[in-house]
Amino acid sequence: MSELIRAKEPFRFCTRLHLSELTGLRATTLGQLVSLIKEVPGSCIYHHTHRFLQQHQYLSPEPPNDFAYWVTDILGEDELGERLASIDTMQYSTIRELRNKIASTIEDHLNNNPLAKLKFARSDEEFYFIKSISFILPTNYTAYDLKEFAEILKKITIDSIYFHIFEARLRLENPTNDFSFWIEKSLGDKDLADEVCCFDPYTRTLEDLRNTIIQIVERKITV
Amino acid sequence: MAKVEDYIPIVGQFLIDDLRLLGERLRGKVIQHINSTPVGGGVAEILNRMVPMLRELGVDTKWDVIKGGEQFFEVTKKFHNALHGRTEEITQRDFEIFMETSQQNIENVNTYGDVVFVHDPQPIALIRKKAVNKWLWRCHVDVSNPNERVWGFLLDFIVQYDSAVFSAPAFSRKLSIRQFLIPPSIDPLSDKNKELPQETIDAVLRKYNIKKDKPIITQISRFDRLKDPVGVIEAYLQVRKYINCQLILAGGTAEDDPEGVKVFEEVQEKAKMAKDIHIILLPHNDIEVNVLQRASDVIVQKSIREGFGLTVAEALWKAKPVVASNVGGIPLQIKHKYSGLLCHSIEGASFAIKQLLGSQGYAKRLGENGREHIKNNFLITRHLRDYMLLFLSLYHPEDIVHLC
Repeated sequence: MSELIRAKEPFRFCTRLHLSELTGLRATTLGQLVSLIKEVPGSCIYHHTHRFLQQHQYLSPEPPNDFAYWVTDILGEDELGERLASIDTMQYSTIRELRNKIASTIEDHLNNNPLAKLKFARSDEEFYFIKSISFILPTNYTAYDLKEFAEILKKITIDSIYFHIFEARLRLENPTNDFSFWIEKSLGDKDLADEVCCFDPYTRTLEDLRNTIIQIVERKITV
Repeated sequence: MAKVEDYIPIVGQFLIDDLRLLGERLRGKVIQHINSTPVGGGVAEILNRMVPMLRELGVDTKWDVIKGGEQFFEVTKKFHNALHGRTEEITQRDFEIFMETSQQNIENVNTYGDVVFVHDPQPIALIRKKAVNKWLWRCHVDVSNPNERVWGFLLDFIVQYDSAVFSAPAFSRKLSIRQFLIPPSIDPLSDKNKELPQETIDAVLRKYNIKKDKPIITQISRFDRLKDPVGVIEAYLQVRKYINCQLILAGGTAEDDPEGVKVFEEVQEKAKMAKDIHIILLPHNDIEVNVLQRASDVIVQKSIREGFGLTVAEALWKAKPVVASNVGGIPLQIKHKYSGLLCHSIEGASFAIKQLLGSQGYAKRLGENGREHIKNNFLITRHLRDYMLLFLSLYHPEDIVHLC
């Protein structure tokens, strides 16, 4: 086993907690949905895509994003639901791009299927737009080397992992995830940083993701 | 009463660590809850559990209660019913009575908190004492279809608060102040939800002469038309044509509610139409509710309207497959076909029950998913976290808050 590199700057784990803010905005039809998608704050789009996933990521199988769920289960627009569910969020490094893709997918569907404009949600089943307010706090957990890093990863909340892997990129628009950045800049391990760099939250549960990162890091420790 | 650390085996050390971190950020702030009663009712029940836990997390939390006479509480009960959309005759005198008592409370209640957290309409007028401190109004009522006159009256007060809090998205409206979604929660260590020894379960089943020789379908709810107990029997009758099973309808009935007594009689009459229906009057016995839920194969909540429907969370926490109406806060707790089945009719409920009884693997998976969903989103620890974030939001208007 090679000797572990000790970082000059430790990795400090943060926790990220959400509070849901109501907007009072609601959609009954696809037309209303798409026009509101275009104008609501980015934190609404985040809520109904990434946040929805986090709230339901424990389910097996996982439901798709909130828009796809509503379009399919409430309006009965299966084809559009499928298209929305299969949007590859990792292609979109900003909420703005993700919003545009969701809006254009719905608009294309409405253009090609005029009857879809006639579908209405029942009262109580409208789409309610919600914002996620994120609170980011540093925890007391810090890692100076990969062994400490893996040990903390085993225990930290899923919210914390999600924050460092996805949210730093998506909402704060950093070029890479926090783990990769620290591994490359503070430990100088570009190969490992590259391995940890690309994960898609929509194709695995966050517990799977946790285990995958731990395995990658532990494999590196034992080499 | 359970301590915060007692929840570690259920939710994990790090989640409790998060709560403590938030508690540290609120040091020096006094949070003052104000409601209308120290005992009885859902709000008092929540505060009785949450106030000690917030204190344990280092948040200086106080709880004060307003005063009011019989007339005042008769008026506020009318308001409550009207906010739920029931027809109520509300006179100008009712508003005057409300304001007379409110004025006395404005004069007598000391609103010393850095954050004054007012629960429900009864103390709402205290906002007239707003100074430099922060004020929150927590609405525990389903106001999705309120009497507009009462809502309009309350709105004049609501918009003076810094923020309002609702339990479900459908209860929100466009307001000029910030409004937050904080659903209620269940306590996994309470008598209603804690693990029970098999002897306790067996003893309660014996007491009610319930045998586990055929699948049990259960609805736990007070005998109220809005819970549709007669509809549940009709759904059961349709299921019984194909599957030999039994039905339990258990719950309380308010003695001062003549309508409740009438509904109970109707249910008893309807129950004569088939075998194996157990009608159980179960006022305030949390252990017995817990037993009946744990002994069930499918749990139903076929409400016509629902404030939030925490009985769904209780059932899911016990990993039971649930069939429930798509109303109130229920769709927050159940994602259709992922963590339970939603229905809109008696036929839909019956079809869903048959599906679950006929496909045990599917039923088991929905129940297990449901338990995970409740664990992560509807336990009291999440409720505590949301309240602390809510207090912090009063000092941070931005969407991404760095508390470094």
